[in-house]
Amino acid sequence: MSFPGLINYWAVAALMMIGFYAVIAHGNLVKKVIGLNIFQAAMFIFYISMAKVRGGTAPILDDDLSVFSNPLPHVLILTAIVVGVATTALGLSLIVRIRDAYGSVEDEEIRAIEAASD
Amino acid sequence: MINSQLPILQVMVPLLAASLCAILPFRRLTWLIALAASLAALAISLNLLVLVLNDGPISYALGDWAAPWGIEYRVDALSAFVLVLVSALGSIIMVFAPTSLAREIDADRVFLFHAMYLLNLAGLLGMAVTGDVFNLFVFLEISSLSSYVMIGLGRDRRALTAAFQYLIMGTVGATFYVIGVGMMYMMTGTLNMADLGTRLPEVAATRTVIAAMAFIVVGLGLKLAIVPLHFWLPNAYAYAPTVVSAFLAATATKVALYALLRIVFTVFGGPAMIGLPVDQILLVLAIVAMFGASAVAIYQTDAKRLLAYSSLAQIGYMVLGISFLSATGLTATIIHLFNHALMKGALFLALGCIYLRLGSVQIEKMAGLGRRMPWTMGAFVVGGLSLIGIPLTVGFISKWYLIQAALERGWWLVAALILLSSLLAVIYVWRVVEVAYFQAPSDDMLQLREAPAVMVVPVWVLAGANVYFGVNPQQTIRAAQSAAAALLGGGG
Repeated sequence: MSFPGLINYWAVAALMMIGFYAVIAHGNLVKKVIGLNIFQAAMFIFYISMAKVRGGTAPILDDDLSVFSNPLPHVLILTAIVVGVATTALGLSLIVRIRDAYGSVEDEEIRAIEAASD
Repeated sequence: MINSQLPILQVMVPLLAASLCAILPFRRLTWLIALAASLAALAISLNLLVLVLNDGPISYALGDWAAPWGIEYRVDALSAFVLVLVSALGSIIMVFAPTSLAREIDADRVFLFHAMYLLNLAGLLGMAVTGDVFNLFVFLEISSLSSYVMIGLGRDRRALTAAFQYLIMGTVGATFYVIGVGMMYMMTGTLNMADLGTRLPEVAATRTVIAAMAFIVVGLGLKLAIVPLHFWLPNAYAYAPTVVSAFLAATATKVALYALLRIVFTVFGGPAMIGLPVDQILLVLAIVAMFGASAVAIYQTDAKRLLAYSSLAQIGYMVLGISFLSATGLTATIIHLFNHALMKGALFLALGCIYLRLGSVQIEKMAGLGRRMPWTMGAFVVGGLSLIGIPLTVGFISKWYLIQAALERGWWLVAALILLSSLLAVIYVWRVVEVAYFQAPSDDMLQLREAPAVMVVPVWVLAGANVYFGVNPQQTIRAAQSAAAALLGGGG
């Protein structure tokens, strides 16, 4: 197996774990959303990597070109990116409203406020 | 002519109505649109059900691109059954909604609620109608994103944190699902469910496919709230407006369960094909849910939260049916999918009536409510009895089939556990009933009146359905049996 080999997939696994760790470990809600974005980006790279055909060109119809990358995953990921943008926007707008309601975007502080008001 | 377009209309009608609602800032008008779209969806799904039961599965090629290249919409007995369930509950809840929403949501936001509700409906119906695994992801996200918004509409500020928590967990779940889909695509080069079903067996022993199944089961498990993945659910149901809790409890988890069934059976051809002990894992998780969640439900002080934990336990029963890996087990799952929607629909809507009059659903504040709001509490009792599984209610039919499936496999212990866990349901339903009927009402409850008819009637339609389908279970059983046969015939 020559150099790049499976390096993309290693990167995917690494990014996925970094993102997932950020979602779980960080108490700051904005950082959770950032973690979620990294996690999703890993999934995007995963799809794009699998579409690559060694020696293939961009998927353009032309008589000279016979080997090209699979365009379908690209299209799927365009859709997934749109979904990701929508999720991020919604997550951030919820954070804005949480900040208005609690005056904080830290998970622990919100819990403390909640526990105090019960 | 129009018949051949029904599968796409099923999704397009609510989707277009949603965008219409979003640009029309009028409370009444958008409600009419939402109600009309729900009823239209119901009419379409009933039509589809009749067509499917008479002539077999319907396949619809989107944009006339033939499957497996184009996106295929495929309606078989199971999907038609789920479509009818979702659109029927949506219609009933929409009749109930305006009075309840007026109390629980700011008036200038109600039109947006209608837009979100319709988007959610379109997403759920789309999940049930599609025959393409990636298209299912898109609809899953449409329904999820709109449900985060609907939960966040609750007046309690904790609704916001509940919605955010659900957003994080829901997105992780959906991303897990897409990763699994990607792995399947890598191995087979197709996204069509039926096509995947024929191509996956050749590569079933590879680690990629095993990982794909693991990712998908965990991802959908998050949406379904199988027990260790359930942390978003109690808060989301407890702090969302009651109409939203009712709609999500009755439909969203059911459609997630449908998606799980579809992927595990139609696509993977049953857990046994892949060599991953999904059924055994589900068996253990289901039993933990049945006891753990019911036990937690007993100690709740908020009736909505109590019902949320009870939902987790009931999801356990549905998952238990899958783990039997038999036609009877799947029939039980599908029957309970339908029955639980009726029970939880009735119970949450009854709480909506109580909240309207009482401004709270704390159990301790419901003292003497049985005399002040006899119709509402009557419906609550019927729903509660059904939850326990008393004969003549739908809950009994579910438990009957579950126990039958357990005995068929010779799992006596599991059958005993199903009965034992029902006793826990007796305790938590009794807690509410005791306070409402056997405690004297406080003085400030004397002026309390019954909820208006426009709310009580939908509650009783659902409560009545609990009894009707409990006394006449033939239709449900027949539909569930043919749905189970369709699932197992797909490749198992």
